[in-house]
Amino acid sequence: MIMSLGPYASFIVTSYAAAAVVVAILVGWIVLDYRNQTQRLRELDRSGITRRSGRSAVDAP
Amino acid sequence: MSLIDLANPTRFLALTARVLPWLAAATVIMLAIGLYQSANAPDDYQQGATVKIMFIHVPNAWLSMFVWAVMSIASLGTLVWRHPLADVAAKAAAPIGAAFTFLALLTGSLWGRPMWGTYWEWDARLTSVLILFLMYLGLMALWRAVDDPSRAARAAAVLTLVGAINLPIIKFSVDWWNTLHQPASVMRIGGSALDKSFLIPLLVMAIAFTLLFVTLHLAAMRNEILRRRVRSLQMMQASRAAFSSEAGSGSRGQNASNEVGAA
Repeated sequence: MIMSLGPYASFIVTSYAAAAVVVAILVGWIVLDYRNQTQRLRELDRSGITRRSGRSAVDAP
Repeated sequence: MSLIDLANPTRFLALTARVLPWLAAATVIMLAIGLYQSANAPDDYQQGATVKIMFIHVPNAWLSMFVWAVMSIASLGTLVWRHPLADVAAKAAAPIGAAFTFLALLTGSLWGRPMWGTYWEWDARLTSVLILFLMYLGLMALWRAVDDPSRAARAAAVLTLVGAINLPIIKFSVDWWNTLHQPASVMRIGGSALDKSFLIPLLVMAIAFTLLFVTLHLAAMRNEILRRRVRSLQMMQASRAAFSSEAGSGSRGQNASNEVGAA
């Protein structure tokens, strides 16, 4: 069944598409940022820089 | 686990690792239900199918204010209680709040063109939400402008609390001034003016977007804690390098410790 959106379909579709794109950008940014930070922490770990507690800074707790 | 326990970033990271997959799953399920209900909602007798924009526009508009309220509470946590995660929470929420506010403005504009005959009008509601968006951008710029997170946190907390004045202005702008924007139709004295066929999908979408915010916020807070660990470890690495070069030039013979304090 094809949904009928009337004469203003382009406004409705653009609204939902914009929301999807913005949410996708937010999710992508947060996922990439997490990967970036954990990678930098691993590199520091490998170079011998560790936290005072002796734990790895990457793997919590 | 109490609120005090969560003041420990390591415990907070452990909690987010456990909770995030469940929150993400709940968000996806609620969004799917909300989108299905929105697609099957009837056309409005005046607006026709354009009423479907409401199911995206209103949750984003609510969240644009809700996120600033969350940031304001976090700012109190920074200034009054000096909670170690308060400024992390405020900083992590700002880009997410800016995105929701942008979507509220954009979808409102796309709804306004067929209904009002214009994309934009400088009326009280639209202008006050635009100011909120600009304040989000200003806060994000402030965080980036100051290197030391604790110094940036106090300035940002003051700006956030001052900006909270805008929240009641946005909420009551449609009552205080003669605006093109319609008055409140869901949260108002006397109950919702919306029919259940519109109200239920709208509330489901509002819950879905709120879950989305909670999920993204916790994930962004986790990233911010890790970023601060990276920063403190890099500073230690730099001081070690400086100390080593000093020792190498004969001024000192001690070995630097590898251990550092982290966030």
